Amino acid sequence: MPIAKALNAGLRAAMSASDRVLLMGEDIGRLGGVFRVTEGLQAEFGERRVLDTPLAESGIVGTAIGLAMGGFRPVIEIQFDGFVFPAFDQITTQLAKITNRHEGAVQMPVVIRIPYGGHIGAVEHHQESPETYFAHTPGLRVVSPSTPNDAYWMIQEAIESPDPVVFLEPKARYWQKGEVDLTAPAVPLHASRVVRRGTDVTLVGHGAMVTTLLQAAALAESEGTSCEVVDVRSLSPVDYGPLLDSVRRTGRMVYAQEAPGFVSLGSEIAATVTEKAFYALEAPVLRVSGFDTPFPAAKLEGVYLPDPDRILEAVDRALAY
Amino acid sequence: MTPPEAPAHGTSEHPDVVRLLDADGSLSPSAAAEAYLPYIEALDDADLKTFYRDMAVIRAFDQQATHLQRQGQLALWPPSFGQEAAQVGSARAARAQDHLFPSYREHAVCRIRGVDPVDIIRLMRGLTHGGWDPADPKNGNTHIYTLVLGAQALHATGLAMGMVFDGRSGTGDPDRDAAVIVYYGDGASSQGDVHEAMVFAASYRTPEVFFLQNNHWAISVPVATQSRAPLVQRGTGYGIPSVQVDGNDVLASYAVTRRALDEARGGDGPRAIEALTYRMGAHTTSDDPTKYRTSDEEQSWARRDPIARMRAYLEGRGASAAFFADVEAESRAVADDARVRTNALGGIDAEAMFAHVYSAPHPLIDEQRAWLAAYEATFEGETR
Ligand SMILES: Cc1ncc(C[n+]2csc(CCOP(=O)(O)OP(=O)(O)O)c2C)c(N)n1
Repeated sequence: MPIAKALNAGLRAAMSASDRVLLMGEDIGRLGGVFRVTEGLQAEFGERRVLDTPLAESGIVGTAIGLAMGGFRPVIEIQFDGFVFPAFDQITTQLAKITNRHEGAVQMPVVIRIPYGGHIGAVEHHQESPETYFAHTPGLRVVSPSTPNDAYWMIQEAIESPDPVVFLEPKARYWQKGEVDLTAPAVPLHASRVVRRGTDVTLVGHGAMVTTLLQAAALAESEGTSCEVVDVRSLSPVDYGPLLDSVRRTGRMVYAQEAPGFVSLGSEIAATVTEKAFYALEAPVLRVSGFDTPFPAAKLEGVYLPDPDRILEAVDRALAY
Repeated sequence: MTPPEAPAHGTSEHPDVVRLLDADGSLSPSAAAEAYLPYIEALDDADLKTFYRDMAVIRAFDQQATHLQRQGQLALWPPSFGQEAAQVGSARAARAQDHLFPSYREHAVCRIRGVDPVDIIRLMRGLTHGGWDPADPKNGNTHIYTLVLGAQALHATGLAMGMVFDGRSGTGDPDRDAAVIVYYGDGASSQGDVHEAMVFAASYRTPEVFFLQNNHWAISVPVATQSRAPLVQRGTGYGIPSVQVDGNDVLASYAVTRRALDEARGGDGPRAIEALTYRMGAHTTSDDPTKYRTSDEEQSWARRDPIARMRAYLEGRGASAAFFADVEAESRAVADDARVRTNALGGIDAEAMFAHVYSAPHPLIDEQRAWLAAYEATFEGETR
């Protein structure tokens, strides 16, 4: 099933498990969301559980905070990545800090779902990668699934989390199909995972970029280079275990992301891997990222977004050390 | 930019403003106040004296906290001086099951609901970012202070939405029905969050009272810069029935809030109140109001002092000198207690920095906590 359907199934499972789970957002009820992730849920659970809210992002997050204070578990949809900023204040000054300000007495089990990233040729403000803003904020957890199975399980784990979770959905992959195992125990929410084995270079990324990394690894294979691919899955906290194990085996690492490179998740992970696996490294950790420009007009996104060729160019550089 | 002329803001003399007590303390209801008389007639002498006591005690505490800040014991203090009637009247109108969301100046509200004033002091001293648990019964569902202006209006609205969803209001049983009251200032009324809160509140018909304390100044900026129309009209524009009240009249503040909360609890949807009052002191202890307002203005409001007005009213009803002496003794005791306990407040453990960042374990936090502990241990025996 595709990621969008897997998310829908995951939301349905969470809503069936607890009637304290509420969905809130713009157009998520009758329409089922602009990406149809919440399709059919209002018909199934009613207007009190799936709220078509007023068009006010700060209002959505701020009232979700109050609902969480009242014992609800709100799951918010922000319609597009570029429209989360009106709510940025409520997310960073309020949601992220309320548990801390109450010295643990009040929990904030709020999930903020944000379709993010490029590859869909959309107009401005519809293709942003805001992950670093949230990963930089103590008190928030940030995750991003890259497969339908992860989407199904991670959304349920995020809803179960007593802490607020920014749940970044790679919108380019909403329609990407894959198996969903409804019985196997899920991978924990904050675990990174090796998705392809290899011996020469470790390729690391999150969200939509994981697919691109797998494409690059397949191309490298045909040229005789064996790449391991790690999906970070959780951007805050980062699970460095599998990542460091992999780098210790291969001695080389390339991080690929859509977001601008300056002060980004790739910068952070590169620095930490360098600190922790310095003697295993045969080359500096290299980053492939979007440029430090506003996300360009759609006709240029092919230039802006890291593609398999740009990733392979970095692989070659890493191998040349 | 200062607006060229003062807009038509309500004054407490306007007939639409609910006022029960004259500035000299005699009962002389304004035209708009007639409907509220029954709420006051239902009060007995003891209730009226409680209002006075609340106001006098919190003023003494507030003055003590201001001194403590001057003596270096607190980082900052936002005085409630002058706004006692709006706060006491509204907080006394709430029932035990109601939730109250203050901003950062509602010391009287907190005290009435049971929050230990020293918890507010701990916040202003830099020991906590909040410091009390609203759900602890001794805090009377009073939420912690919010320093981001207007943000709490949305939290209050969300909580009130939950009350609707859970059927906790509008059941027809006033002993069980609950409501929410949220406090904010004239400056905060310009914040988008307050507007969005009104949109959500009206749309979901929340059991909620928006209580705006128009103290006429947002630090140095006059209310005319926040709005060219009386702020009470904001609520009306969102479909929220709204009332302007003389916020220096504790009886009127009580009556309008009592009625608004009763209606909200009963399922009639949100209500808004604009309380016309005045911050007689500085914005905070870091502010110098002489830079932006005249002593004429200050004196004209001093003549409308909420405590003097209520005292005159009670004296007119025969309250004894012994009663006032007793209130004064209690005020002194509360202020002294605050000073003694503030001076006794200790420091804060570095461990607190890592506590409660998340509710579930977080490896980065755990790692940094352990690192700091190990680092600190290397200084064992040394004075740093
Ligand atoms: C969002 C935000 N902007 C600015 C400030 C700084 N600030 C603190 S209090 C204040 C004035 C608030 O005035 P008002 O809402 O009328 O409340 P009052 O202090 O008069 O009670 C300002 C500008 C803040 N705390 N939050």
